[in-house]
Amino acid sequence: MFLFRFKRTIELGVKSLWMHRLRSTLTTLGIIFGVSSVIAMLAIGEGASRDAQEKIAQLGSHNIIIKTVKPPEEQTAGGQQQTLQEYGLTYADAERFRNAIPDVQVIVPNRRVSQQAQYRIHRIAVEVVGTVPWYTEISQVRVKFGRFLSSTDMHYKQGVCVIEERLVKELFGFDNPLGQDVKIASDYYRVVGITTEQARTQVAGSFEEKDATGAKKSGANLGGIYIPLTTVRDRFGEMSLQITSGTRNIEKVELQEIIVKVRNIDQVLGTRQSVQTLMNRFHKKNDYEITVPLELMRRAKEFQRIFTIVLGSIAAISLLVGGIGIMNIMLATVSERTREIGIRRALGAKKRDIIFQFLSETLILTLFGGILGIILGSSIPFMVTHFSQMRTVISVASLLLAFGISAGVGITFGLYPAYRAANMDPIESLRHE
Amino acid sequence: MIQKVDNAVNFETDTHILVMEKLCKSYQLGSVELRVLREIDLAITSGEYVAIMGPSGSGKSTLLNLIGCLDRPTSGDYILGGQSVSMLDDDELSMIRGRRIGFVFQSFNLINQLNIVENIQVPMYYQSFTEHESAERARELATLVGLGDRMKHRPSELSGGQQQRVAIARALANDPLIILADEPTGNLDSASGAEILAILNNLHDQGKTLIAVTHDEGIAEGAERIIRLLDGRIQRQEYNKR
Repeated sequence: MFLFRFKRTIELGVKSLWMHRLRSTLTTLGIIFGVSSVIAMLAIGEGASRDAQEKIAQLGSHNIIIKTVKPPEEQTAGGQQQTLQEYGLTYADAERFRNAIPDVQVIVPNRRVSQQAQYRIHRIAVEVVGTVPWYTEISQVRVKFGRFLSSTDMHYKQGVCVIEERLVKELFGFDNPLGQDVKIASDYYRVVGITTEQARTQVAGSFEEKDATGAKKSGANLGGIYIPLTTVRDRFGEMSLQITSGTRNIEKVELQEIIVKVRNIDQVLGTRQSVQTLMNRFHKKNDYEITVPLELMRRAKEFQRIFTIVLGSIAAISLLVGGIGIMNIMLATVSERTREIGIRRALGAKKRDIIFQFLSETLILTLFGGILGIILGSSIPFMVTHFSQMRTVISVASLLLAFGISAGVGITFGLYPAYRAANMDPIESLRHE
Repeated sequence: MIQKVDNAVNFETDTHILVMEKLCKSYQLGSVELRVLREIDLAITSGEYVAIMGPSGSGKSTLLNLIGCLDRPTSGDYILGGQSVSMLDDDELSMIRGRRIGFVFQSFNLINQLNIVENIQVPMYYQSFTEHESAERARELATLVGLGDRMKHRPSELSGGQQQRVAIARALANDPLIILADEPTGNLDSASGAEILAILNNLHDQGKTLIAVTHDEGIAEGAERIIRLLDGRIQRQEYNKR
């Protein structure tokens, strides 16, 4: 019996909405756009934040990264003559960290040099990273073929290298790189391993590849070749000569970065303090910079929260407008159907029957709009990704949210017209023309 | 005096299906109190055919609304089928209307979006019928009023007389205690009017209680009793000999 009533009400609702097709469609548009904008905006926001968080996560949440930066005052005071600039992180710094900071798991000193790498006729720009065997512990870099650098390599300052997977094709074509010799600067290095970046390959999609090619064009983010730190120190030295607008600058930099990994994630911030204190004591010049991925991640999350709130409220306003449109139409419908309401009341309909009838009509309208909105809303992010190469993530939660919102809008904005319909005086409404 | 009695009618002890005692209805128009009905005393027995007549402004429509439980009296008591309805709330009144009263209106008042069968189903829809039962009954009733071949038509596709027949079928849907007709022939030509009268008379012959508000002397002639209203009072009652 209840099922019959329910079925009838839905049928009647669909029927009367169908009778005013144009009106129903126009009304639904408000909800469609509202819902789809909620989904699209959340997807874009979520995509942006995941992107940021993944980039930060690649840096390692347990890590504290201390980087060499060129002190600003020296750049201006350089003068016209040949100068020697000595700045940046030193081996002594790394040693001090090891001795003074208790919670450290590993310390990785790195030296980075931009160089040309050559194999037969292929010649490409690479970043040579002088590092230590335990580099893999602080980064997402994993060995895919062969092996990573070993302590024997370090000790004997071997001429070996490990190359990143993405360089393989450019440098070696179809040759197997393992065991081949690559010429970097004036020396040859034997390839002992190929690495891949774990996180990257996981989150990749077609889009990620595009990103890689785009980055290559701009010249940033060169592929890396890992060589034992001792070998780099031995063969490349610590001096570098720069000739800019007639001035010759010689720079002496020992290490480009030191990465400190702590054992436990809640030791990160404390350790950062110790590092800061140590660095302050031994570096008079402001020639370093400390980055804590964990802090960045927290900031990114906070930013994401604000971003979501802003986008969400914009979308909510559009839904509100849609809802008001629906209420408007329902009020018009109610006054148009005054007589029908009177007839139904005379024939035994209770107030709640009338409320149910009109409310279900609004709900049909908004839920239909909600479903169309979800379809449209989930296709917008794909287009955004396709045309602007922005990453977007549609979460199930956002779909449910949008659907819930459209149902909520239906109930909220349908209740008043339905209530008005139910409270009309049956005698008056029967007399209504 | 006022108490809720069980829904069932006890015909053995009380053949009065409708009893009104000192029923008054007044409206407040600003500071003026407009007394439309003044102390109406009325008793109608089961199976009776009553016509209510009177000039406009005599309170006919108000009385009809009260009988039909569309409105509540200002004072006095109204007992329908053994149950006092003057103090019921809106939901209970809706229930009484649905179960005990069958309305036939002057302007038919069918719902145009629904076809004939669906229109006849409307009162059953608010009672405890299953879809199948109500559809079955609606078809029977449509056949009964001679519209068995028009069941899928819309009201707008029917003539006035046919529409009124649908309305009568609808009024019968829940097998009410009283069929309440408000100028049932008022919007019809004389031929269709006569058809409707014939159907009403027929229903009366089958033992239905009929109350008609009308100007139509034809209806009045068919009725057993004519109640003449004037200025909110029952002026006199006439009994037609048959």
